Amino acid sequence: MNTRWSEKLRRNGFGWGLVLPSLLFLCMFTYYPMLKSAGLSLFEKNLAVRNPVFVGLDNYKALLHDPVFIEVFRNNIWFAVGTVPVSMALAFALALFADKAIRGKGMVRVAFFYPNMIPMIAAASIWLFLYMPQFGLFAKFASWIAGSEVNLLGNPDTVLASLIVMTIWKEAGYFMIFYLAGMQQIPKDLYESASVDGVGVWKQQLRITIPLTMPTTLFVTVVAITNAFKWVDHLWMMTKGGPDHASSLLLYYIYETTFNFNDQGMAAAMTVVMIVMLLIISCLQFVGWERKVHYQ
Amino acid sequence: MLKQGKMALIVLVFTLIFAGCSQGNSNQAADAKGNSSTASPSTPVSATPDQAAQDPVEISFYYPVNVGGPLTKVIDSMADSFMVKFPNIKVKPVYTGNYGDNTVKIQAGVQAKQPPDVAVMMSTELYSMLDMEAIIPLDDFIAKDTDYNKDDFYPAFVEDTQADGHTYSVPFQRSTIVLYYNKDMFKEAGLDPSKPPANWEELVSDAQKLNRDGHTGLEIPGNDDSYWMFQMLARQNASDPKQSIMGDDGKKANFNTPENVEALQFWLDLSHKYKAMPEGVIDWAATPTDFIEGKTAMMMHTSGNLTNVKNNAKFDFGVAFSPANKQFGSPTGGGNLYIFKDTSPEKQAAAWEFAKYMTEPEQAALFSSSSGYVGVRQSAYDTEAMKTYTASFPQALVARDQLEYAFRELSTHNHGKVSSALTNQIQSALAGKIDAAGALKAAQEEADRALAPFNK
Repeated sequence: MNTRWSEKLRRNGFGWGLVLPSLLFLCMFTYYPMLKSAGLSLFEKNLAVRNPVFVGLDNYKALLHDPVFIEVFRNNIWFAVGTVPVSMALAFALALFADKAIRGKGMVRVAFFYPNMIPMIAAASIWLFLYMPQFGLFAKFASWIAGSEVNLLGNPDTVLASLIVMTIWKEAGYFMIFYLAGMQQIPKDLYESASVDGVGVWKQQLRITIPLTMPTTLFVTVVAITNAFKWVDHLWMMTKGGPDHASSLLLYYIYETTFNFNDQGMAAAMTVVMIVMLLIISCLQFVGWERKVHYQ
Repeated sequence: MLKQGKMALIVLVFTLIFAGCSQGNSNQAADAKGNSSTASPSTPVSATPDQAAQDPVEISFYYPVNVGGPLTKVIDSMADSFMVKFPNIKVKPVYTGNYGDNTVKIQAGVQAKQPPDVAVMMSTELYSMLDMEAIIPLDDFIAKDTDYNKDDFYPAFVEDTQADGHTYSVPFQRSTIVLYYNKDMFKEAGLDPSKPPANWEELVSDAQKLNRDGHTGLEIPGNDDSYWMFQMLARQNASDPKQSIMGDDGKKANFNTPENVEALQFWLDLSHKYKAMPEGVIDWAATPTDFIEGKTAMMMHTSGNLTNVKNNAKFDFGVAFSPANKQFGSPTGGGNLYIFKDTSPEKQAAAWEFAKYMTEPEQAALFSSSSGYVGVRQSAYDTEAMKTYTASFPQALVARDQLEYAFRELSTHNHGKVSSALTNQIQSALAGKIDAAGALKAAQEEADRALAPFNK
């Protein structure tokens, strides 16, 4: 019995020892702030009160009636709807191309992946230039279509779409890497035997590549959706959420509420809403979809 | 055994790191406590003046730069010359980005009980800083210091350093809104380059004539702090010379008045009706660039950009008062020097010494001539350096002369919410989503909600 105990302790201890470093950081920078936000969200803590006042769920009720929060939330949904499917489809196509390309394979991969290596702030500066009225490339293109001067980032009707286009450009290369890895896992003899049987190239993709990369698709979907709620730096650079909140996203509004308005209770409540939402999205991977995507 | 040894090592290392972190935190907490308790009379102040002479007091100084040009060098060199003059005080200048970033960094510091000792912040942050209990009043310093001539400062700048009968800051990086115009383009359009538009009518007709050859007539930036530009138009359109869009005690907003609606309507008309300005929300930072590159013939912007324009414009340009309608008018803008709580009295005294030095006539003159910000005190313009500078570049005097018509920038409790209520509605109107009356009505309602807790 004794030896078994010590054996168990040794093994478990070793395991815990390996996990401990990341666990410590997770606790310090993830779980503790999460709990702290949850606690803070029950208080009124802003410039109007000297000491925080316990208000229960009032902050959450106020959120439901805050037109800006609702608009920002809606923006974020549109942002996700706009960026996720397109960037994933594009990533798939790019990966297919990079996988099959015979000449200049490396070049193709680098070309597609490089937007990812540029820091968001730098990318945003470049795109700011592209969208600049009068001489930005895209602004000129838009003016040509519209037939008059267009201020893409200064107009509430076009600003979100402009940011979506940029985000797709930035994201597609990143997701391509996952797809590329997924595609290279697929045994080549499947394609060979399909060719021998006279199955066309398009059908091969439909029947072999797409089903066999489903686990990748699931993974990328979750990453893409959560990313859509986590982007913030480009807003800070390009629009500050404006004009009139038309391009503001959840995380940016939380930042604004915390630091510009000093309304920490409300910001905490919004943080909790966001965390819960992201948790639900991540859970989809483990609960609902996991079983269905594996191709048997 | 080796495995176990390694594991033990890993665990040990991380325990040490963690312990180190928490150690550091508890030290800081103790520090902060110690500092706040030194303010109470029960604990004697530890450092005597003699000791202070031996080891220099170290103070941190946060400052933003909101205009083009290498202003950080100027400010850092001013701090250096201060240290030469006061060897027992060591200043650590920290450039913190634009005003917004600067405020965020300072607020984070205040909340962590680690504020800077002295900082440049927007004059409009006064009430927020008071609500956060972050700053100290300077009345005692001013009363004690006979060499601090407070009457020398321009009254328009002193106005927003005060609240509830106390003075909380020293004017430093101050500006007004002026009209920059491209004299070459004036000539090309058949206008007299020595006669800039003096009122709204002339502004419209000149801008219309200038709106040709691939450049626009006028640009007024509308993102970021569009309330600042709006405040200018509102005052120019007011029949009451002292009209203000906020109450004197920072607890009231007066956005939704017929005259203000007219003012906002004029701004919208400039693009939509008169076609004298590009439509939509014009970018604050891009406007001076547009002017320098000849994309616009005129712009309304902070006088703080004067040196930037002077150094980079390849054409002859003029500077004029913002055109009047019923009267001239421009809000003052920019930042003051604040001294913070939660540091030691020695540091606060050193910070005061620094604030005083930075606004001495010679320093004010140097800072003004290298930026375009207004020299904050009258005697700055009597210095030799300033006389030489303005003799060869009289445009630099316009912002100062306009001070006669200058007034306090929108400054209220809950300033972040109140100002963004107005800014967002103005943007919405500029983008054509809402009309002038609707925008100001909505802004008023939102501001009233944000100010309600302070009017209880």
